[in-house]
Amino acid sequence: MSSENKVQENKVQGIKVKEIEMQESVFTVSASPHIRCEESISKIMWNVNLALAPAAIFAIYYFGAPALTNMIVGATSAVAIEYLVQKYRKKKITAFDGSAFLTGLLLAMSVSPSLPPYMMVIGSFIAIAIAKHSMGGLGFNIFNPAHIGRAALMVSWPVAMTTWTKLTTSVDVVSSATPLNILKQQGYEKLIETFGSNMEMYKAMFIGTRNGSMGETSTILLLIGGAYLLYKGYINWQVPVFMIGTVGLLTWIFGPAGLFTGDPLFHMMAGGLILGAFFMATDMVTIPITIKGQIIFAVGAGMITVLIRLAGGYPEGVCYSILLMNAVTPLIDRLVKPKRFGARG
Amino acid sequence: MLKRFLGGIHPKDSKGYTFDKAIEFPPLPSKVIIPVSQHIGVHCDPIVKVGDIVKKGQVIAKSEAFMHSPIHASLSGEVINIAEMPHTSLVKCLSIVIKNDGLDKWIEGIPLHREWDKLENEEIKDIIKNAGIVGLGGATFPTHIKLSPSKDKNIDTFIVNAAECEPYLTADYRMMLEYTERIVTGVKIVMKLLDVNKCFVGIEDNKPEAVRVMKEAFKGTSVEVVSLPTKYPQGAEKMLIKVLTNREVPSGGLPMDVGVVVQNVGTTVAICDAVVSGIPLVERITTVSGDAIKNPKNLLLRIGTSFKEAIDYCGGFSKTPEKVIMGGPMMGFAQFTLEVPIIKGVSGILALSTDVVNSGEEGPCIRCGRCVKACPMGLVPSMLSILGERQRYKEAKDEYGLFNCIECGSCVYTCPAKRNIVQYIKYSKAQNLAQSAKK
Repeated sequence: MSSENKVQENKVQGIKVKEIEMQESVFTVSASPHIRCEESISKIMWNVNLALAPAAIFAIYYFGAPALTNMIVGATSAVAIEYLVQKYRKKKITAFDGSAFLTGLLLAMSVSPSLPPYMMVIGSFIAIAIAKHSMGGLGFNIFNPAHIGRAALMVSWPVAMTTWTKLTTSVDVVSSATPLNILKQQGYEKLIETFGSNMEMYKAMFIGTRNGSMGETSTILLLIGGAYLLYKGYINWQVPVFMIGTVGLLTWIFGPAGLFTGDPLFHMMAGGLILGAFFMATDMVTIPITIKGQIIFAVGAGMITVLIRLAGGYPEGVCYSILLMNAVTPLIDRLVKPKRFGARG
Repeated sequence: MLKRFLGGIHPKDSKGYTFDKAIEFPPLPSKVIIPVSQHIGVHCDPIVKVGDIVKKGQVIAKSEAFMHSPIHASLSGEVINIAEMPHTSLVKCLSIVIKNDGLDKWIEGIPLHREWDKLENEEIKDIIKNAGIVGLGGATFPTHIKLSPSKDKNIDTFIVNAAECEPYLTADYRMMLEYTERIVTGVKIVMKLLDVNKCFVGIEDNKPEAVRVMKEAFKGTSVEVVSLPTKYPQGAEKMLIKVLTNREVPSGGLPMDVGVVVQNVGTTVAICDAVVSGIPLVERITTVSGDAIKNPKNLLLRIGTSFKEAIDYCGGFSKTPEKVIMGGPMMGFAQFTLEVPIIKGVSGILALSTDVVNSGEEGPCIRCGRCVKACPMGLVPSMLSILGERQRYKEAKDEYGLFNCIECGSCVYTCPAKRNIVQYIKYSKAQNLAQSAKK
């Protein structure tokens, strides 16, 4: 253990001084602190994947084999592409830390179950190679990779992205649209009519027996996953609460028949809002780092979502709203900083 | 009503290793290595030479500078070497080596007995200064300077820091149980010096027995013993003041700017010894602990005892330590050799195995914000680490409050990417200081 000391003699201030040169230490010498918590990036990422599992399993049950195929294709292609990119760029391989898997899974869960698998692969490529690694890899991407992948697919294959395999209800409805589609094109009356009654509609949207992207339909299962993330402390409750709350409030105010005639419950459960608010708007890499900043982000995303849903050309706006707020995240982080201890004035 | 400080973390306190171990007195070492710098401030100059015979308590190094604290021989014997030796925080330092003559004889006049309440304040300050007392919590700021705030600061509160928030360490805890009377006297001396009537003793609530004993000891006085929620860094001066008095030390300021003086509980014992018995600081209580120590103990060690001797007295290593640390695991210094001596600020010697150190490989910041939540100073540690990494030191200072960082390590502890944030911060601070020194 003892370090061999090489002794040199020289004179300093008239006192005999021996100078020692220390050999390399057998102990690790590094800056404090010397203990760390048990968390790691891959532990967090795999836990988020786990939180998505209930909704993913339900999607397979409800939408059948195409959903399973797309999820497998999405996740494995994302991991494979990350591996290849890192290999090619001679970077450390971190493809198996769960983050690429998560991106692939989230992408699959936010597209139509009937999407041809080759499109999934292209979406994964855009998400991982372009949105994530061209920006510098994990931690450096500005935009949520899964949402960039989804947006790219949306503009490239709008028809495939909005074709739904299964009907919403057992009734012989011709429409194969999502609830938000029906609302946009045929109005609220028709929407209720499709489901039979208000209660029937809420029930379908709560449980997940409705059309939509494969992972977004079941409110309850997504909430269970979200609750798990809150329990683990990986996300802040402020993000989903403020985002979903903003959507609820604004859709209630700006209802179809004038002020305060909207159906906030429908809007809060519709489309990809629950999935987006718990799993995309909480993507730590692409949202503000302070809680105050995250609240601004969440309210902004909620407002843009409502704007698109009620006044835009698309029936759904969660994906774009989050991407737009991703773009202003660096700005928010610059302006919103925590209150410093002992700040003067 | 207790206030809270924001942020902080809850690491496993790991005090169980030595919690119930009474302070032990190992046999005296065959030699002691006494560095001339064991305090914040100017290094002392040796006033003895090789071959001199010294007595315990004799001044062997001092300085004319204001910011210093004299150094005493901790044994009687012969000065056998004066040379650069390994040092716990300075890497190496001029040190005086004394060979133990086995007599352990005090220099003439010590110990004595003083009626401390009959002394003038200036006399007491001189005694404290000449006894070489520094902050024993680890910061080693010369105590006599801390106890001499200028009149315009209007000091109205004295706080005894007995939080001992660092995991593993139990030195302060054992002192509270075993040296209760000396703490009480030390506290009274300081209160007289500062001319204050208000005093808090802050103890984390993971030490209920200490809270009970101290409450009992201070019964009937104006001293208030407060049980604080266990949260690291509760014992950081600024946090402690905030929690006990709801005053925030301004950014860049000192506790005296809000009318408060803080002393570690161990320092009050040293003050008592010096003022009442004339005994200078030649020994201290050190916790020797960690999962790689065979029989962890609380030891009363002479200044200058090597880490190796202290660890050997505790049965040596039970497994290979990855790190040997001076102080606590959160803010202590990793050592490169066991030849380093115990100095005044060594509250603990820890030997931790790889499992406990759990350093992991540093990854990129994923902006999870855990460090921001953990930072008790309201900083954005992730940005400080990134700016440090990219050598943007000035930006770190001007826009992200680099110098507000107290280096408590909460951010690093909580970081899932295992980023060495404090290391970047220390380096950025040094770069800024070097830059301003150039101007």
